[in-house]
Amino acid sequence: MKRNMSGLLAGAALSALMATSATAEDLVIFWAEWDPANFLQELVNEYEEETGISVTVETTPWADFQTKAFTEFNARGSAYDMIVGDSQWLGAASEGGHYVDLTEFFKENNLGEVMAPATVKYYAEYPGNSGKYWAIPAEGDAVGWSYRKDWFEDPAEMEAFKAKYGYDLAPPKTWAELTDIAEFFHRPDEDRYGIAIYTDNSYDAMVMGVENAIFSYGADLGNFETYEVDGYVNSDKAVAALENYKKLYSYTPPGWAKTFFVENNQAITEGLVAMSMNYFAFFPALLNEATNPHAANTGFFANPAGPDGDQFAALGGQGISVVKYSENQDMAMDFLEWFIKDETQKRWAELGGYTASAAVLESDEFRQATPYNEAFYQTMFKVKDFWAVPEFAELLTSANQRLYPFIVGDEGTAKETLDALAADWEATFKKYGRGQ
Amino acid sequence: MPTNNMTRLDPNSQAASRGLSDLSIRNLFIIPTIAFLIIFNIFPLLYSLGYSFTDFRASTNAPAKFVGLQNYRDLLNDPFIWKNFSITAKYVLISVTGQVVVGFGLAMLLNRAIPAKGLITTLLLLPMMLSMAVVGLFWKLLYDPNFGIINYFLGLGKFEWLADPDMALWAIAIVDIWMWSPFVMLLSLAGLSAVPKHLYEAAEIDRAGNIYTFFRITLPLVAPILMIAIIFRTMEAFKTFDLAYVLSSQPTTELIAIRLYKMAFQEWQTGMSSAFAYIVLIMVVAITNIYVKYLNKVKAR
Repeated sequence: MKRNMSGLLAGAALSALMATSATAEDLVIFWAEWDPANFLQELVNEYEEETGISVTVETTPWADFQTKAFTEFNARGSAYDMIVGDSQWLGAASEGGHYVDLTEFFKENNLGEVMAPATVKYYAEYPGNSGKYWAIPAEGDAVGWSYRKDWFEDPAEMEAFKAKYGYDLAPPKTWAELTDIAEFFHRPDEDRYGIAIYTDNSYDAMVMGVENAIFSYGADLGNFETYEVDGYVNSDKAVAALENYKKLYSYTPPGWAKTFFVENNQAITEGLVAMSMNYFAFFPALLNEATNPHAANTGFFANPAGPDGDQFAALGGQGISVVKYSENQDMAMDFLEWFIKDETQKRWAELGGYTASAAVLESDEFRQATPYNEAFYQTMFKVKDFWAVPEFAELLTSANQRLYPFIVGDEGTAKETLDALAADWEATFKKYGRGQ
Repeated sequence: MPTNNMTRLDPNSQAASRGLSDLSIRNLFIIPTIAFLIIFNIFPLLYSLGYSFTDFRASTNAPAKFVGLQNYRDLLNDPFIWKNFSITAKYVLISVTGQVVVGFGLAMLLNRAIPAKGLITTLLLLPMMLSMAVVGLFWKLLYDPNFGIINYFLGLGKFEWLADPDMALWAIAIVDIWMWSPFVMLLSLAGLSAVPKHLYEAAEIDRAGNIYTFFRITLPLVAPILMIAIIFRTMEAFKTFDLAYVLSSQPTTELIAIRLYKMAFQEWQTGMSSAFAYIVLIMVVAITNIYVKYLNKVKAR
């Protein structure tokens, strides 16, 4: 009898546990596995304290993120209520009917002005200039640069630099200066190298790196409304930009042929390079003494201007969307109402998230909070992005197939590379009946 | 008159007492297997054949449009796809040749009385028991030009194994050879130990040289089992994905399996990738057939 009783009690306890675990996952947000996802989990814990509705941020490694998200979409699965998706997915996910249309929500809350304009344009709107919105800008991000302050401020180096190039050694204002400094610090004999750039040709890694050059040189990938590419991506400015990027590759450490954000942060933490390109989202790790022995000597600057004074940066970051197949859409909309509040956005920034809220970004408090926030603030108002059409992955493949052999394999010329790329992209757009 | 191959059920057995006939027992074993095969193999195979003639994309809600042989035409006219095929052929050739030479050589060395033979054989078999992805990850560290142990031991300085477009495919093949030579060794060892000793004694009496003995006795008698090892390794090398995917992203190491994965699950060109998969399937079947024909010829000798 006693045994029966304890069995019953255990059963009751188990069912009680299961009942709490059922309510413990009221809303699920899907994102990639990185620090900002942990910051978001901290933020949504506060939502639970306020409302009693719990939110779980589920993550997967970056390499699987796109594949896993779209596999779930294609299966019309309801595993995720919201997703913090890449900006390039907007076309595929909206045309595929996977995202809930947030245009009304956008208008009611005047988000076009609440959030920084560039973030609205690239994280939320599709097609370009259509006034249709599919996401709320959540994690603003772009490519910036970190550098070794101690190397730059070493008097002997400063003197030698001035003698060689005729101007003072300082964080570069232009791509020409960036290239000079990379060349200056490139000393393989001393196991010191000039610069770390993106060269991984899977997904959008290397393309983002090249975009930094192309955009600042004043060139574009194409016309996002007419889908014309000839004369844009293979313009003289774009050719010069690509040549410059290839030149930077010659100042990278040995074996720098499949590198992305992990390797580029390592280049600084291992003391290999003078300057390293990376997303702002990865900079907090560089200020942490535990992960970067050179933390005290690491500085940051925004992507420099090109020869004609244009200054842009490639956009990273994501917007948060509601999944069409979610069974908790109303709850998800309530969550978004909370998420866009000024105080939530301010808290988001405090926790380490990169807010896209214009008011928070412009506040002195934000801009002085960390050594890189000022560069981030400057950058977020001059970002440009890759194509967001549903076939963006095919466009990325062509770009990788054409750019990589030129930059890393030393095949052909920049002009030939970009002409071939323009032809590939034209063929892809033709296949999908765009711009005709 | 055709003979019935089925074993008759013992009328006193438990199964018979439950009233299960021979037929029902046969069905009990075969039907689940056939059902499994049809649901998970044949149905998807035919379904994807259908998709290969459409422009279907799994990532959109747009209905699939019939495009006839367009996908096959586009694929076979795409210079990048042909590059993927020639890279794969080169990889298969390097990797399988290397495995046969190393594996057979090791088997020859082990096929004699040496101390601790069992232990050595077991240790040599370790690489093939590891996971491909894990092997890829730690070889990536071994190859690293900044701190990798390979350059350190070979005194190669900062030699870039994986970053050099010409070297990368060789570097991956070396890992594959390291991992799978033991497999060839194991099969060869089985073949070698089955060669009758009296043939060697006869050769010795006839004063046949070592080389002559190898080409006239050892190789012909081991050939059938070696062919089986080669068939397995060729098919596996043709399908290689994980090792190359983990080690390098050079265009010079983009094997067909990697291209296919990207097309299907990153670009979501479902129709096009189905057609691509069919082209690969036909090629693997054709290559295997050539081998099997040759194997039968060797056996007949």
